[in-house]
Amino acid sequence: MYDMLALYEAKDVQDAVRLRLEHPEAQIIAGGTDVLVQMREGKRAGKALISIQKCDEMRGVSIDDEENIRIGSLTSFTHITNDPIIQKYINVLGEAVDMVGGPQIRNAGTIGGNTCNGVTSADSASTLHAWEAIVEITGKNGVRRIPIKEFYLKAGTVDLKVEDGEIQTAILIPKASYDRTWGHYIKYAMRNAMDIATLGTSVNARLSPDGKTFERVRIAFGVAGPVPMRAVTAESFINGKAVTLENIEEFGCKVLEDINPRDSWRASKAFRSHIAVESAKRCLIESVKLAGGEL
Amino acid sequence: MAKKQYALVTCWINGREVEQMVDVRASLTDMLRNDFRLTSVKKGCEVGECGACNVLIDGECFNSCLYLAVWAEGKHITTLEGLTGPNGELSDIQQAFMDETAIQCGFCIPGFIMTAAEILDRKVYYTDDELRKLLSGHLCRCTGYENIFKAVKKTMLRRLGMLDDPYLNS
Repeated sequence: MYDMLALYEAKDVQDAVRLRLEHPEAQIIAGGTDVLVQMREGKRAGKALISIQKCDEMRGVSIDDEENIRIGSLTSFTHITNDPIIQKYINVLGEAVDMVGGPQIRNAGTIGGNTCNGVTSADSASTLHAWEAIVEITGKNGVRRIPIKEFYLKAGTVDLKVEDGEIQTAILIPKASYDRTWGHYIKYAMRNAMDIATLGTSVNARLSPDGKTFERVRIAFGVAGPVPMRAVTAESFINGKAVTLENIEEFGCKVLEDINPRDSWRASKAFRSHIAVESAKRCLIESVKLAGGEL
Repeated sequence: MAKKQYALVTCWINGREVEQMVDVRASLTDMLRNDFRLTSVKKGCEVGECGACNVLIDGECFNSCLYLAVWAEGKHITTLEGLTGPNGELSDIQQAFMDETAIQCGFCIPGFIMTAAEILDRKVYYTDDELRKLLSGHLCRCTGYENIFKAVKKTMLRRLGMLDDPYLNS
């Protein structure tokens, strides 16, 4: 038994919005792999829950009319990894979420829950930042879309207005973002399974048609600051430069100007900085290979 | 205290359609153990780390401790009890766990076997590394991982007709 005050089950998105307006104090629950754990440990004990588990319209991956990749917020990590659209256009997202927890957690956990938590270590978050994902939010005033960077307000807080009954309904990757772009993710953790990232690094690259110049490189980190973040100094350094190991080396060092990791029981600031540089380089080298470039 | 809240859940458990009134605060582990006496579903950590409560829901593995009983509405749930034949005959994967001495205290085994059942039903050949990753959601405090791994691998090879391949079965 869970120490739960009440459970409100939403039938669909509109129902969820209505319940949220009716019970603003209640916590939204999707896959349950975070909320139920926190309820067990006492952090969310005695709270009311609004379950959106049965809003099946929020599941699945598709390509919409504007050629955005649309990932329903309730899509499980396993379904993202196995989805043919994800594998074709943004394989790195499938690989990143395949490192969350263990197999059963990946069957239950959802990408919406992973981002609405607002935690910096979420395995999907750095990749979604690096691919400039758009978050679709539905509330009583209809649908609004914001860049994922603006969605994260501070550690543990995201831009969902409870007073407007808002819930996150989808994550979109625009065509301009995924077109001719390949990426790689490195999760650094103490164990291969059932562990939280000490540092997560996601890089993607688009090369010039001849494969000799970096047209656009984007890099984002998890656990390098209170929220997932891009390393813009490193990006602006490498964009337009030739595809060489020297430039990649310099790119790696530049990330230190952007990130702000902290000391925690998991790892020291110095160690996180060290693996940030190394992961940035390795991720970019791998991205270049995937993009058909030569080094 | 707030008023108790109940819900009617209709689902299929081990192939049988059932109806059950549950307290909305109950986890699926609670419902399977307390209402249906399916005690192969173990209460281990109850926070989704150990995998002892693992069951199949519509063919996918879930830790039933992190799954509300009311979410089972309309779902097909399989527990270890559902793998045995009508007269209690063991399935090939259960027999393999015995043959390989993969069972020590036995607490983690139902969870492991249900994950194995999901993997093996795909009829796909997995490398050792892939199999280890697929089994990584379970903790065995007797640390009998090697024999558990062998039991799953041998059953996979047997089902694929590759058991006699001396290169694979090493």
